[in-house]
Amino acid sequence: MALDNIAKPELELPVAMLDTATSIADWSIIFPVVIALMGGALLAMIRHSRGSQIGFSLLAVLAIIGVEAELLYRVIVNGPIAMTMGNWLPPFGISFVADAMSVGFALTAAFVTLVVLIYFQAEIVPRETRHGFYPLVMLLLAGVTGAFLTGDLFNLYVWFEVMLIASFGLMIIGGRKIQLDGAIKYGFLNFLATTFFLVGLGYLYGLLGTLNMADISLVAPLANPAAMTAIAAIFFLAFAMKAAAFPVNAWLPASYHTPDAAVSALFGGLLTKVGAYVLLRVLIALLPEQRDVFDPIITIIAILTLITAPLGAIAQTNLRRALGFFVIGGIGAILAGIAAPSIKGVSGATFYVFHAMLTMSAFYLVAGLVERVTQATDTRQMGGVYASNSLLSIMFLILVFAAAGLPPFLGFWPKLLLTEAALQQSDWWLAGAILINSILTSIAGTRLWAHIFWRNGREGKKSEVKNDRLRALKPKENRFALGASVALVLVIIIIGIKPNIVFQSATIAAKGLLQTTTYITAVGLELPTSVTPTSVAPASVSPASNPPASGVAQ
Amino acid sequence: MIEYFMAPLVGAFFTIAVYLILSRAVIQMLLGITILGNGVNLLIFVMGRINSEVPPIVPPGLKQPLEAIANPLPQALILTAIVIGFALFTFLLILGYRAYQELDADNTNNMRLAEPSGETKPPLSY
Repeated sequence: MALDNIAKPELELPVAMLDTATSIADWSIIFPVVIALMGGALLAMIRHSRGSQIGFSLLAVLAIIGVEAELLYRVIVNGPIAMTMGNWLPPFGISFVADAMSVGFALTAAFVTLVVLIYFQAEIVPRETRHGFYPLVMLLLAGVTGAFLTGDLFNLYVWFEVMLIASFGLMIIGGRKIQLDGAIKYGFLNFLATTFFLVGLGYLYGLLGTLNMADISLVAPLANPAAMTAIAAIFFLAFAMKAAAFPVNAWLPASYHTPDAAVSALFGGLLTKVGAYVLLRVLIALLPEQRDVFDPIITIIAILTLITAPLGAIAQTNLRRALGFFVIGGIGAILAGIAAPSIKGVSGATFYVFHAMLTMSAFYLVAGLVERVTQATDTRQMGGVYASNSLLSIMFLILVFAAAGLPPFLGFWPKLLLTEAALQQSDWWLAGAILINSILTSIAGTRLWAHIFWRNGREGKKSEVKNDRLRALKPKENRFALGASVALVLVIIIIGIKPNIVFQSATIAAKGLLQTTTYITAVGLELPTSVTPTSVAPASVSPASNPPASGVAQ
Repeated sequence: MIEYFMAPLVGAFFTIAVYLILSRAVIQMLLGITILGNGVNLLIFVMGRINSEVPPIVPPGLKQPLEAIANPLPQALILTAIVIGFALFTFLLILGYRAYQELDADNTNNMRLAEPSGETKPPLSY
C-alpha cells in the first residue's frame, strides 16, 4: 500500500480509479444486499437450531427495511445516489444505483418478506427449517434486492441467477411429488429465460463495449440502430418470460401453486415483478428508441396478457392456480404502462408493481388460510367458509376488488393512471383492454368468492348441505397466519384510501426513468456535450484504451 | 479471421440446443441446456473480439502493456456464466433424477400432477 501511494502522482490514473475512500453514506446502498447475504450465510450455519432461526431472519429483514427506508427518504429528497465497487470509476466498476423506483420496490419486497416470514410460523414443519427455509428466503431477498439496486446489466444477470437458485430451493422444500413436477417446468423455463438474457448481454457488450446501465443509455443512441433493435428484442423476450407475459407464461400457472402457501406468496409478490421492473428499466430508460420500434408489439402483448389471464382464472378450479392467472393479469397492466410511456403511463406501471407486490402476496396468504380451513386445494371441494370464518371472506373479497381495480382499493389508482395514459395517446384498444381486464378479474374473483364462501357446501348434490370438512383455525394459525394476513390487508386498505404518498413517489420514479440525466450524473458519468460516434466500439483493445487492465497491474 | 469459424460454430451449438430442448425427455432437455450455455459462452467470447493472444498483464514497472492484449472482460463474464450455469445444471440434473424416481416419468407429458390432464370443466353455478 505504501508503495502504491508513492507511485500514484506519476502514474496519472484518475480516469479509472477513485483515490478517496467511499463515504459511509454511499455504502448504505449495498447494505441491504450485504445484510441479506450475510444473514443467509449465518442462518445456513445455524440451521439446526430451530429456535433462533426466525429471530435472526426477522432481525435481518428489519435491518434491511430500516436501511432501505432511510435510502428511500434520501433518494426522494435529493435524487438518485450511486456507489461503484472497488474504487473504480464508472463505467469500469460495478455500480449500485439507488433511485426512487429501485429503492421503492426493494423496500416493498423486504416488507412482503417480513409479512411472509411471520405467516410462515403457522405452517412451518421442523424438516423444512432443517433443510434451510430461512437461508433460502434471505438469499431470495438478496437476489431480488440486488436486481433492483444494481446499475450494471451483467451484475443484474448474476442477481437473477441468485434469485433463481434460491427460488428453486424454496419451490421443492418439503419434497412433495407435485412440487417436483412444478419445479421441473419452473426450473427449465426460467433457466432458459436467463440464458436468453445472457445472449442479449453478449451482443450488447460486443456492440457498445459497456454493461453499465448509465453508460449504455449514453452510448446506445450512437450504435447501429438495426443491431440495437435485435438486442432489444432478445431482452424483451427474456424479461417477458421472467415476468410471465402472455405467450411465454406457461411456467407460472404450472408451478406457483405447488409449494407452501407462504412460498407461493413470496414468489407471486416478488419474482415476476423483478422481470417487470427490468422491462421498465431496459425498455424505457436504456433503449427508448428501440422501445418505440416495438411499440405495436408491446401493445398487442399487453392487450393479450390483460385479457387472456383473467379468462384463465375463470376456467380454473384450483384456487392457487387461479391466483397465478391474476398475477399474470397484473403483468399485462404493467406492460400497458410500457406501451404508453408518458409520465402517467410509467408512474401507473410503477404504482402497479407496488400494488401487485402487496396484493398478490396477500392473496396467496389468504388462499393458504382458506386451504387450511377447507382442507382442500380445489374450489369444487370448498364451500361454506362464510359461516365458519367471516374474517377470511371479507379479506378475500377486498383482495378481489383490489386486484380487479375497483375504487377505493389499491388497484384502482394505478389502473386509473394507465387508462388515462392509454387514452392520452388515443390507444383505444389498450385502454379498453385495461377496463375489460378489470371486469373479467372481478368476475373471476367473485366467482371464486361465491364458490368458496357463499355456497353452503361442496359442489354437486350436497351444495346446499353444510360443508362437513371445515375446521376452525388453530390458535397458532390465528396468531401468525391470520395476524400477518390481516396486517397486510390493512396496509392495502389504508394505502388504497390514502394513495398520495405512493402516487408522488411513483411520479418521481417515473420522471427518473424517463429523464435519465440525473441517473447518469449520479453514477458519475459526464453527459455528452458533443456527439462522438467514434468512441463507441470496443473493437480494438489497445493498451491506451484499456485503463482497467493497467490499473489492476498496479 | 477466426470469428468467421466461430460464428457458425455458435450457430451449430444453438441449433443442437434448441432441438434437444424441444424434446420431451428431461435428460435431453438437460443436455440441450448445457449445450446452449456453452454456445452462449462462445458467443460472448467472440463478441469481445478475438484479436490478440497476449495475456492482459502489464509488465512490472510499466503503466501500460507493451502490445495489444487480449480483452480480459469477456473472459471474466464467461467464467461467471460457467460457474452459475454449472450450479443450475447440477440442480436441474438432481431434480430430474428425483422426478424420475418419484414420479416415474422422464417424459414431461407424463408429469401431470401440477397440471392434471382431463380436468373437469369449471363449475357453472354462479
